[in-house]
Amino acid sequence: MKLTKEQQAILDGKKGETLKKVMQTVIRYGELFGATKLVPVTSEYNHLVTSFGLKALDPVYDLMNKLIQEGVVSKQKFSCDPRPCDKNVPKNFLQNLIFNKFMYSKQDFYENQLKELGLLDESAFTCTSYMDEVGNKPNQGEVLSWAESSAVVYANSVLGARCNRNSGIMDIMGSILGYVPYFGLVTDEGRKASWIIEVKTTKKPEAQLLGSAIGMKVMEDVPYIKGLDKWLGKELDDATCTYLKDFGAATASNGAVGLYHIENLTPEAKEQGKKLVRKDAKVYVIDDAELQRVYGNYPVVWKNPNAKPKLCFMGCPHMSLEQLKSWTQKLEVALKQAGNKKVVIPTVFTAAPAVIKEFEKTDYAPKLKAMGVIVSYICPLMYMNNPLCGKMPVITSSNKLRTYTTARYYTDDEILVQITKGGKR
Amino acid sequence: MKTFKGRVIAPGEISATALVSHGGLNTLASFQKALQFGDKKATCGDQNNKDIYGKQMAGKALCLPQTIGSTTGGLVLYCACSMGRQPACMLFSQPIDSLAGAGVILADVWLEGEHTKMPVIDSLGEEFLNYVQDGMTITIKPEGIVEVE
Repeated sequence: MKLTKEQQAILDGKKGETLKKVMQTVIRYGELFGATKLVPVTSEYNHLVTSFGLKALDPVYDLMNKLIQEGVVSKQKFSCDPRPCDKNVPKNFLQNLIFNKFMYSKQDFYENQLKELGLLDESAFTCTSYMDEVGNKPNQGEVLSWAESSAVVYANSVLGARCNRNSGIMDIMGSILGYVPYFGLVTDEGRKASWIIEVKTTKKPEAQLLGSAIGMKVMEDVPYIKGLDKWLGKELDDATCTYLKDFGAATASNGAVGLYHIENLTPEAKEQGKKLVRKDAKVYVIDDAELQRVYGNYPVVWKNPNAKPKLCFMGCPHMSLEQLKSWTQKLEVALKQAGNKKVVIPTVFTAAPAVIKEFEKTDYAPKLKAMGVIVSYICPLMYMNNPLCGKMPVITSSNKLRTYTTARYYTDDEILVQITKGGKR
Repeated sequence: MKTFKGRVIAPGEISATALVSHGGLNTLASFQKALQFGDKKATCGDQNNKDIYGKQMAGKALCLPQTIGSTTGGLVLYCACSMGRQPACMLFSQPIDSLAGAGVILADVWLEGEHTKMPVIDSLGEEFLNYVQDGMTITIKPEGIVEVE
């Protein structure tokens, strides 16, 4: 790899042994993927994926300690994925004990480490840092050292920023150095599509199902999606961005997609059109039957597949302000039709602290509360990662949550029926 | 016996029993329970991976196309290595992905001690993954040579 004099000096250890190791890490990472140089990180803020003080991650905290003690920290402040616990989310005595005394016993310790490493502020814990209310929204063309698969795919695809699917720890290494290796999704060539997806459904496809189908098919490749603008339009308004947030998270968690282009909609597809598609691109046609096939293949891993759901989680990734409002409206109508005043399954909507703050200023917030829905900043995924939740019948419309936990997936419409009528149509 | 050649990502010579994931390995989903709850066998917890769900990963020659899923994947591998719960080696049929690559390099640069080591070879080819089966013996030789019998 060709290094500048400054980069070479760091690699030679002239700025300390720890920073030298950081440089070695980033260079070796880049060399694996054929990077020939490092390029500056140009975003204002970074975003880290590791937000949880999980006892099992002691090796990570040891490494962070080393960085802090040596003063090897980033000049960039950062947001971070959501916190794993919130006292407002229903838990029984045993869950409380396991969460606080065993699993996340290092939460306070780790949050202190994050502050020393450059956490933006106390409310910067969300997987949707790119929301306007949060303020960590990179511009088109900016180079990032982010991790968090759903945030990376959103930043690349919807905002047009440039970021590889970096792993946790590698995110902070690039930010500390101020450089990331030039490969993959940071390059023009790496942003070209090797799949054409032809959407031929008879109605607007469920974002989470469509993303899942594409992710499982293309894995880490870049898809160029045709036919979706018919359903989403040609403008990135709030509702469309919300759709793309959920769609992208499913492509990234059910596969390993870091960037997608949607014809006539996402910034690079609007600018470059079919020039983004490689000549040898493969084609995947998605119609109603294909989506049904994908849905039908999801395993149900509940001990009793017919169990009555005990909890519903919505918001993985965190919900947008638009989503909180539209769900409040949908719930009002559905509950009225069902003759119920409150949701019949304990339901948690999750969103960024800053989004919740804005939501609470609206007339929707008291209505949602009156309908029995809890709004939380929690990470549902981290909440569910324990053996007790493994036995708990949880439902969700998040394909990411389905992938990583025992939560059972339903479409948004099915979830609405479940939580307002108890599953009876 | 059949021999394959790939690219050395992390060096080492080792012999172990094969564990084969024909689909992408979701690192977080596969390892998280094992790391959180002290499962020294690192039993695979990914319900979507029909090939290896419920099977021991620690000490096995894990054969796979690539890893997929959450970007915590690299640090999860790093922690598995630090705790000595990693596979004996990881053998990728395709070029290694950015998450697994990060985890392997982080472990190689920042961890010390033999118990943290995990030889890794990538680009072994589709034929490798078609040929290798659970229970076969894998031997890693120098320069990216992998023997399967």
